[in-house]
Amino acid sequence: MALDDKTVRKIAHLARIEVTEPEVAHYAKELNHILGWIEQLGEVNTKDVAPMTRVVDVKLPRRPDIVTDGDKQADILANAPATAAGYFVVPKVVE
Amino acid sequence: MADLVDLDLAAARDGLAKKAFSATELASAHVKAMEAARGLNAVIVETPERALADAKAADARRAKGESLGAMDGIPVTIKDLFCTRGIESRACSKILTGFKPPYESTVTANLWKAGAVMLGKTNMDEFAMGSSNETSALGPVVSPWRRRGDNRPLVPGGSSGGSAAAVAAGIGLGATGSDTGGSIRQPAAFCGIVGIKPTYGRCSRWGMVAFASSLDQAGSFGRTVRDAAIMLRAMAGFDPMDSTSVDRPVPDYEAALTGNVKGLRVGIPKEYRVPGMPAAIEELWQQGIAWFKALGADIVDISLPHTKYALPTYYVIAPAEASSNLARYDGVRYGRRVEGEGVIGTYEKTRAAGFGAEVKRRIMIGTYVLSAGYYDAYYRKAQQVRALIARDFAHAYEKVDVILTPTTPSAAFAHGEIAGDPLAMYLNDVFAVPASLAGLPGIHVPTGLTSEGAPLGLQILGRTFDEPTVLNAAYALEQAAKFATRPSPWWRH
Repeated sequence: MALDDKTVRKIAHLARIEVTEPEVAHYAKELNHILGWIEQLGEVNTKDVAPMTRVVDVKLPRRPDIVTDGDKQADILANAPATAAGYFVVPKVVE
Repeated sequence: MADLVDLDLAAARDGLAKKAFSATELASAHVKAMEAARGLNAVIVETPERALADAKAADARRAKGESLGAMDGIPVTIKDLFCTRGIESRACSKILTGFKPPYESTVTANLWKAGAVMLGKTNMDEFAMGSSNETSALGPVVSPWRRRGDNRPLVPGGSSGGSAAAVAAGIGLGATGSDTGGSIRQPAAFCGIVGIKPTYGRCSRWGMVAFASSLDQAGSFGRTVRDAAIMLRAMAGFDPMDSTSVDRPVPDYEAALTGNVKGLRVGIPKEYRVPGMPAAIEELWQQGIAWFKALGADIVDISLPHTKYALPTYYVIAPAEASSNLARYDGVRYGRRVEGEGVIGTYEKTRAAGFGAEVKRRIMIGTYVLSAGYYDAYYRKAQQVRALIARDFAHAYEKVDVILTPTTPSAAFAHGEIAGDPLAMYLNDVFAVPASLAGLPGIHVPTGLTSEGAPLGLQILGRTFDEPTVLNAAYALEQAAKFATRPSPWWRH
C-alpha cells in the first residue's frame, strides 16, 4: 500500500499539520519505509483472534454521579493564548 | 558536602532518621550538584527554592518527632511529562511553551504527600517519543558516562533521558519516569542505574501528559533496586481520576527484598536476540543465568514466538493513540499559537510550528493507520497481534515466575550516531516493547560494562502486579553482579 503525495497531503490535513511541498515528498518516502516494515504483521495468522482492547483484566470502577470539581474558570483560561470576557478566543469560524 | 550526594536513597533515609544530617543539608547538597551539572542539560527547570522549602518542612516534622515515611526529606527530580502545579510542564515540546498546569499529577502529588523534596523537572524526548533524548525541543542530554578514551558525548537513552542522567550524575536520589515502550528501562540501561516500569494500572496516569494511553505507565529510577522500590511504593496506588488505575493495595516493595531466589523459576526466551547484537550482551546474559543458577533458581528455556512482531505492532498502536491524544494541541486552550487562515489554518500552522519531526512523523502514521480503509489492515491487525504477544507471556508464566533478558541490543551510542533512519532508532526498544504491549512489570538492573566502559545490564519481567517478585529477583541479581561503577564526575566545576 504505497503512499503517494496526494495521500500524504490528505493525511497531513486530517492531522491538521501544515506541510510544504518538499516535506510532502520527504514524508512519502519516510512513511512508506516505516509502513513497509509494518507490513510484516501480515505474516501473522490472526484468524479468530480477538483484538486486545484492554491491558489489565479488571472491571471498570464506578463512582457516584456527582459533581466533584468545578468553578475553575480562571484556572482553565490561565494558559490560553487569547481570551476575552471569560472565553477562549479563536479566529472567526462562521462568516 | 560532597559526601551527602554520594549516599543512595536508602542510606539518606537512614541518615535523616538518625539525625546525622538534616533534610535541608541534604537538599542544599543536591541543589549544588544540580547547578554544577548544568552542562549535562538533564534538568530543564530547576526549583531550588521549592526544594529548600520542602526540606525545611521535612525538618520541622522531624523536629516534632514526626515523619511521613521513607521518602520524607528525599530530594528527587520529575520528568517533564508530569504536570506540576504552577511549574512549567512542557513534555519538552515547543507547542507547550509556557504551560503552567493549574493542577498536580497524581503521581507527583503522592510523592509530595510522602514528603519528597522537588529539585526540578527533567529533560525528555518530545512527548516521550524517542530513545535517545535527542528529540527534545530543549536540546539533547549529555550522559554522565563516556567511553574510555573518547570524549564524544553519549546519549542517556530515552525518552526519560534527563531523569536517568540526573540519578546517574547524583542529582537527586531518585526520579520519576514514564515507560510507553521502554522509556524507563532503556535509559536506565544506558545510564547504569535501576529503572522499573510497574504493571499497567499500578500508577495513576492522571496529570501525566498522554502519549499512548493503553501503554503509558509511570515508574521510578534509583541507583539501587532498594531505592527504586522505595520510590515506586510512594508513587503507586489507586486513583479515582484514572479509570485504568487498579484498586488494590500497594505492597511494601522494600520488604520483598530478601535476595532469596531458591526455587524461583527464571525463564530464558530464545527469541531475545537480534542480528548484530554485540557479543558482550550475550555474555552478560549468560553470566546472569549463571548467577541465578548459583543462587538456587531454576533456569527454564521458554519461547515467546511473537517477539519479532512486537516492534511493528507497537509502531501501529502507539502512533494511533498518539495521533488521537495529541489532537488537543490546537493553540486554543494552552501553549503556543501561530495564526493562520481561519481556525483550520491556525490549527495547521500551530501544529506545524509546535511539533518536532519525530512527533509529526508519528502523528502522520497514526492518522494513516486509523483512516478510513486502513483501520482493519493496520490498527485492528496490530491489536490482534498484541493479543498474541500477551498470550505468549501468559503461556510462559504457567512455567516460570520471572523472565530474564537483555534490556537493550546495544550500549549507549554517541549523539547523532543513529540518525537518518527512524527504524534504526526504534530497534533500541526491541526487548522492552513486548512487556509494554502486555502491560507487564519490568525492571532494568545494571550488571556490567562494555570493553569501552559503557554500562550494560539485564531486564527482569514478571507477572501482572507481581512487582515484589520482580524486585526481589532484581535485588538478587544486583547482589550477585556487585555493579558499583559510577561515572567519574568530569562535568562538575
